[in-house]
Amino acid sequence: MRLPIIALLLALSACAQQPPRDDSLYRALGDQAGIEAVVEGMLLKIAADPRIVHHFEDVDIQRLRDKLVEQFCMEAGGPCTYSGDSMEESHTGLNLTPSDFNALVENLQAAMTEQGIAIPAQNRLLARLAPMRGQIIDR
Amino acid sequence: MMRMLSLLGLGLFSCLSLADGRLLATGGASSLEGAAGGGITPWAVLSGYGERGEWGADVFATRVETGDYRLDVAGVAASFDNRIELSYARQRFDLGNLARNLNLPENSLSQDIFGLKLRLFGDLIYDRLPQVSLGLQHKRQRDFLIPSLVGAQRRKDTEGYLSASRLILGGAFGYNLLLNGGLRYSRANELGLLGFGGDRRDRHSVLKEGSIAVLFNPHWALGVEYREKPDNLSFAGESDWADLFVGYFPNKHLAVVLAYARLGEIASLENQDGVYLSIQGSF
Repeated sequence: MRLPIIALLLALSACAQQPPRDDSLYRALGDQAGIEAVVEGMLLKIAADPRIVHHFEDVDIQRLRDKLVEQFCMEAGGPCTYSGDSMEESHTGLNLTPSDFNALVENLQAAMTEQGIAIPAQNRLLARLAPMRGQIIDR
Repeated sequence: MMRMLSLLGLGLFSCLSLADGRLLATGGASSLEGAAGGGITPWAVLSGYGERGEWGADVFATRVETGDYRLDVAGVAASFDNRIELSYARQRFDLGNLARNLNLPENSLSQDIFGLKLRLFGDLIYDRLPQVSLGLQHKRQRDFLIPSLVGAQRRKDTEGYLSASRLILGGAFGYNLLLNGGLRYSRANELGLLGFGGDRRDRHSVLKEGSIAVLFNPHWALGVEYREKPDNLSFAGESDWADLFVGYFPNKHLAVVLAYARLGEIASLENQDGVYLSIQGSF
């Protein structure tokens, strides 16, 4: 009699400690494969964007790709942990302007559209990333 | 000489074409008075697509056709640093049926509008605070005979407005939501086309204006606008204005706005509903 109650309590406390993650955005972006395609599409567009490509000249693109995938996955509620530097650290010395930030947003939007991601899902990801602007520009 | 001019043109073009630091549609369309905004109200955003340290500019032409009247507007606006905007618009109001019915001495009314807009603080999308701008509009009525006959007190005046704008990402069921609200301090009769101040009231009024729009994607917006208007002349009532609009922004160089406008009573003719079409080019 006692055992099932303990088990139930354990199960309940497990629920309380780890609320089910809302991964609806992660799924709307097409899970891991979808996010990888978005990040790669965005990086390809940046490579062809004369407004901001120069900021990426000395960057290890493979590592940047991996960290962005982690970050987008985590922000979208997916099963990932971002292991990169803080936004402040990774942008220090770049002196990025508001225009640079918007150019990246445009490349991200275009990449998501290319992947067939619905506008509401695009907006949700942008809304998750927009608050980071202050940690990215003017560093 | 021609060569120098074309070189200058090329130089200007290359400078101007660099100024696209803001996101699509965030330069707004051109309002009836020349300031960047919606159709009948200005927004807190500045003309064109220039961000910090960049220039932005636009030219526009607008026509409103109500059946009894027609309003044509053309103008230019330029902004720098996403901070300050200067604009100029010429309005020509064709009195159409009214001029024929009443045998008026003139069949149109015109005015010039010189505008200044200053972004005070905030940002349309990113900052903690919404973008808030202060605007001044100096208006000079050019055909004052009719306005003076119906009781207008002055042919030119300056008015001010405060405008706040915010784009909420995903704010409308996942789609981006644009909110604008403003207060205007004005005594213009029908935008100033019927002069300023009147026999009934010759003081400035504080007038509310605002708009709400949903962006279905970066290129298409659907929204409504509202603008309170004063009622200074005793010969006819002046109605508040409202419209329902569709905005199309195919790229950062073109914007088209089509609207259905409810303009109410204008100079004694009632139920002035009509079609509004505006085309804007941005650099």
